[in-house]
Amino acid sequence: MPLNTAPNLARPDDFYEALIDMHRDLDDAASQAVNARLILLLSNHIGDQDTLAEAMRLARAAAEAPAPA
Amino acid sequence: MSSTEVDIDYQKQTYAYAPCAEQQGGHRADSPHPVIVVGAGPVGLATAIDLARHDVPVVLVDDDCTLSTGSRAICFAKRTLDIFDRLGCGDRMVDKGVRWHVGKVFLQDRQIYAFDLLPEAGHQRPAFINLQQYYVEGYLLDCARAMPNIDIRWKSRAVAVEQHPDHVALTIETPDGCYTLCGRYVVAADGSRSPLRRMLGQESHGHTFRDRFLIADVKMEAPFPAERWFWFDPPFHPNQSVLLHRQPDNVWRIDFQLGWDADPVAERAPERVIPRVQALLGPDAKFELEWVSVYTFACVRMDSFRHGRVLFTGDAAHGVSPFGARGANSGVQDAENLAWKLAYVLQGKAPDSLLDTYASEREYAADENIRNSTRSTDFITPKSAVSRVFRDAVLTLARDHAFARQLVNSGRLSVPAVLRDSVLNTADADAFGGAMAPGAACVDAPVADAAGKPWLLQHLGNEFVALVFGPPAGLDAAQADALRTLQQGGIPLRVVFVTDAAISASAQAWPGATVLRDTEGLAANRFDARAGTCYLIRPDQHVCARWRGVDVAGIAAALARATGNAPASTNLAPSAPVQAPALA
Repeated sequence: MPLNTAPNLARPDDFYEALIDMHRDLDDAASQAVNARLILLLSNHIGDQDTLAEAMRLARAAAEAPAPA
Repeated sequence: MSSTEVDIDYQKQTYAYAPCAEQQGGHRADSPHPVIVVGAGPVGLATAIDLARHDVPVVLVDDDCTLSTGSRAICFAKRTLDIFDRLGCGDRMVDKGVRWHVGKVFLQDRQIYAFDLLPEAGHQRPAFINLQQYYVEGYLLDCARAMPNIDIRWKSRAVAVEQHPDHVALTIETPDGCYTLCGRYVVAADGSRSPLRRMLGQESHGHTFRDRFLIADVKMEAPFPAERWFWFDPPFHPNQSVLLHRQPDNVWRIDFQLGWDADPVAERAPERVIPRVQALLGPDAKFELEWVSVYTFACVRMDSFRHGRVLFTGDAAHGVSPFGARGANSGVQDAENLAWKLAYVLQGKAPDSLLDTYASEREYAADENIRNSTRSTDFITPKSAVSRVFRDAVLTLARDHAFARQLVNSGRLSVPAVLRDSVLNTADADAFGGAMAPGAACVDAPVADAAGKPWLLQHLGNEFVALVFGPPAGLDAAQADALRTLQQGGIPLRVVFVTDAAISASAQAWPGATVLRDTEGLAANRFDARAGTCYLIRPDQHVCARWRGVDVAGIAAALARATGNAPASTNLAPSAPVQAPALA
């Protein structure tokens, strides 16, 4: 199962709002913890190791590229 | 536990130094012994016994005159017990040891995860026993001392090593001064600080961990079951981990994570240790401290386990964290891998290059052990802030979600490496399922035989075995003749038949062969066998080849390959279409 990077979210703006709302009133440490739990839950849902590895590779590559202006 | 013998306090035993033949002019220094084993710990003793059982005389030297002080390695895995059985001392270990197979993991005051290491019946030995290292060494030593071809030399310290084309010369320091001890091969089983490793200019490489742990062995009457209990962040030891394990003699191992900043000397003091133990057990618990130690660890190995005629084993060759019990257990597997190969080389049955496969197979196993041990340690002692965030996220989710429990890593407990890529294997040409792929250590199964040995593993090992499923009468005359002819060759080969019928007089038709009845069908099941299925099993009970029929030419070729007697290019069999799942 290749990583799908084409548009796939049913309701993109609703998703983004919910993602930000998830962190409402949390300090940085609590937000970090929430993000980690979210990643773990979603990773288990995806399950496929190659897909996850590809997502990790893309995520990491952005950290090594120049930051957006 | 059913201890029927009078317990010996092996920690208090001392063994007398005596001048040896070399020092008394009775053995010419330039006439090498076949094998010198350096270090009388579990690995050195197991190597010496295994070699002696292969009729190779051994000189075993140790720099001390006592066995292990403190319980040290306490968890001995099923595979190690299977090896001890083959060496003749498994019963004493298991009779004395505490059997266990269940582990529980707690977060704070709540259980989040439990595992069962041996969920199926039909194995002679339990998944694990806990047994103090001094008992293991004591039982191995009693076994070694009963063997006439093991010459044990106490207070004999190797202080120099010189490699020659056909032998190794060790300088041995004794209470009577130094002498030269020569061996065709030397087995270095001299521990994690291996002086031989240093003398050869070698070192181990890998990760060290910035954490300290306190071991407290306490003697008490306690209601805990014989299970492995692991706590993350318990109320009695906040923010750190704790491990509780039961040993024989009402001794309990408690392992407290202390953190890197702990003072290793101060933490050993009883006035520091007792309150920590009391916090776990409660204010009314009565206990005595048996042994206390503060340790750090590293996950490391030597780049190569072979240096000329010196073969490195156990902690001398590799080190792991204690989480997973992969230290002593892997060392005993080193011993068994090496012993038959040394014997075959010394007896002219195999070329010296067979010993290179000791290094390659056990380096592979060490990498697997280090990988597992490092992963456990990274979970228990996160190395970075984000690693800690994910660890805590896993633990939090594990309370409510089964998927997260499989990520909780308090130690992945020792199982034997499947030597899948070994050059000694012959690749499958036929389709097989199950776990017994070439390179796997054989699993046990209940059987019935004429000699009262009711377990399959009792009939495998020590030499090569052709394990044939079906009765002797299932072979046609040509197969039988060819197999008998192969048995007359240079490599000893036993034939073991496993039938699903009652044992009949057909065994008589094949002198020397063993006929077993697969009483519960588990042998055929575990080996994915049908009538005619044939496995070739190494002296260390590892599978090296298998077929759906008794192909004697194939067996001969596989036997040559497994003993290093075949050119490398002959392994042209297609690779297996079926990958076996890992053992639980």
